[in-house]
Amino acid sequence: MSFAFDAPRTKRFKALVRQYPDRRSLALPLLHMAQDQEGHISRDVLLALAEMLKISPAELFDTVSFYSMFNLEPKGKYLLQVCQTLSCSLAGADLVVDHIGAKFKLKPGETTADGRFTLLKVECLGSCGTAPVVQINDDYYEKMTVDKVGRVLEKLS
Amino acid sequence: MKRYQPILTKYLDEPGSATIDFYLVHEGYRAARKAILEMDAGEIIEEVKASGLQGRGGAGFPAGVKWDFIPKNSKKPTYLINNADESEPGTFKDRLLMNHNPHQMLEGMIIASKAIGCHLAFIYIRGEFVKEARLLETAIAECRANNILGKGIFGSDYNLEIVVHRGAGAYICGEETGLIESLEGKRGWPRIKPPFPAIEGYLKSPTVVNNVETLCNLPHILNEGAAWFRKIGASKESPGPKLYCLSGGVQKPGVYEAPLGTLLETLIYDFAGGIADGRELKAVIPGGSSAPLLKADEIEGLKMDFPSVKAAGSMLGSAGIIVLDDTVDMVQACYNLARFYAHESCGQCTPCREGTTWLTKILARFTAGQGRLEDLDLILEVTDNIGGLIDFSQGSFGKTICPFGEAVAWPVRAFVEKFRAEFEAYLPREALA
Ligand SMILES: Cc1cc2nc3c(=O)[nH]c(=O)nc-3n(C[C@H](O)[C@H](O)[C@H](O)COP(=O)(O)O)c2cc1C
Ligand code: SF4
Ligand code: FES
Repeated sequence: MSFAFDAPRTKRFKALVRQYPDRRSLALPLLHMAQDQEGHISRDVLLALAEMLKISPAELFDTVSFYSMFNLEPKGKYLLQVCQTLSCSLAGADLVVDHIGAKFKLKPGETTADGRFTLLKVECLGSCGTAPVVQINDDYYEKMTVDKVGRVLEKLS
Repeated sequence: MKRYQPILTKYLDEPGSATIDFYLVHEGYRAARKAILEMDAGEIIEEVKASGLQGRGGAGFPAGVKWDFIPKNSKKPTYLINNADESEPGTFKDRLLMNHNPHQMLEGMIIASKAIGCHLAFIYIRGEFVKEARLLETAIAECRANNILGKGIFGSDYNLEIVVHRGAGAYICGEETGLIESLEGKRGWPRIKPPFPAIEGYLKSPTVVNNVETLCNLPHILNEGAAWFRKIGASKESPGPKLYCLSGGVQKPGVYEAPLGTLLETLIYDFAGGIADGRELKAVIPGGSSAPLLKADEIEGLKMDFPSVKAAGSMLGSAGIIVLDDTVDMVQACYNLARFYAHESCGQCTPCREGTTWLTKILARFTAGQGRLEDLDLILEVTDNIGGLIDFSQGSFGKTICPFGEAVAWPVRAFVEKFRAEFEAYLPREALA
């Protein structure tokens, strides 16, 4: 099997085992760590983590498939997630999605051919007071406008 | 009347407010120290019961009463879970509390832990809040270095560890039993109740789930006393400070702290600066997207506390106030929320899984100008099928495993019943013939 945590993450794994009263409860933390390292949850990751969690790969797959943040396929280097729920929608989220879509010739759900950008429409990000919100990888970009998101993207591309 | 001084967000804008040094200088951890060194569990529970503190996660259940359900001297460990999932559309207060004053929340967790005899507590934080999760880890490390968490805290023989656990993108993991399943490493499928978490929660052990804001109130209650807390707000039945989240068509969206029972009009027109761009108010969703909307004329004199909003036919919920101005297309807004719920249904109960999908399909048809007159009754029928015949005051014992069913049925129903003419205006001419 080809997946293993790197050295710092192995250390973190051992610390987590001591912190939690139960092995399976480590599923989400380990999946986050693996996705950070690999970019997505591959078959090899699933098999390796299932063993670490002492559950079957099918049980782990059942968990993984439930959560929108876990990617079973590789995503772009920059994951552009535009909130489309009510407060963001009222504040012009559609314009932001359309702008990004036009700039990169992407429909929501697609990745650019060079593998740099993936565009996604997502549900409420818990930041409705600064709508519309775009999450790019770990960071929130708030009160977005077409101009502002354009500038943010310039800096990335 | 004396101007209200913020309690929970007092230090919001001060530099360094998230550090333990700042917090300790401002009398931080005084209440936790008292709880650990001077009070027994029963005394803490009685004080919090006497304060009348109601849960701020949505249901408004009295915090002290919930703690009292935990079996005394249980042989199993008991667990406290801090619900930082903040996933109800329109709600964005807990993020603020965590970002600007994580120690206030940790102090609340220490107090709640002592009250229920918990030695390992979790913060279940929504997966997207990556920065907040890191900040909390830092705050916890600061506590450990100061003997405020870890072994023998404050020099007592009480041990307490707090673990930050990230979710991974699923609204339903905000529901407490969905959250517990998720913490156990499974899909976030809500459990059938009873047994309630207080008897069988995380790992089948007695568990209390409390919202971030609920916990943030605890240090203040222990410091100032239950009687002080009871006096805050318009009603002794539903007292205390509250964070109100205003979004949508207001001049100044944001989080505002005011007592429970503050007039909704005060929040919209004074705090949030009124309706943006000189428009008119059309309707308000008062308590997160799961709360049925109220028309402009229904909010006159409406006090924002748990009993008052309920009496007005909606709920205070998470106090996520979404303001809809006269330019908002109610059919589109309803479709937007139905789509949210269809996406977020956990899929366990057929009425919810199929019903939300149906609602979304019908509303998509409407917005595309292909609605049919009978669709309006069909929408009402489907909502009745998902969440009919239920009285919120009695809790959720309806047609679905968890209250998500009602959370979609009621709001969609309110849109159609209160703005029927707008839906009819979407019908193609031949449908009306
Ligand atoms: C569908 C659904 C979503 C919920 N989402 C949240 C949430 O994001 N945050 C929260 O604190 N409570 C949420 N709740 C309420 C919790 O189930 C639970 O009542 C609450 O965390 C208890 O804390 P409290 O007593 O301190 O309010 C949700 C409930 C339902 C039915
Ligand atoms: S009501 Fe909906 S969200 Fe709740 S358990 Fe049933 S299917 Fe899942
Ligand atoms: S609606 Fe977009 S962050 Fe809440």
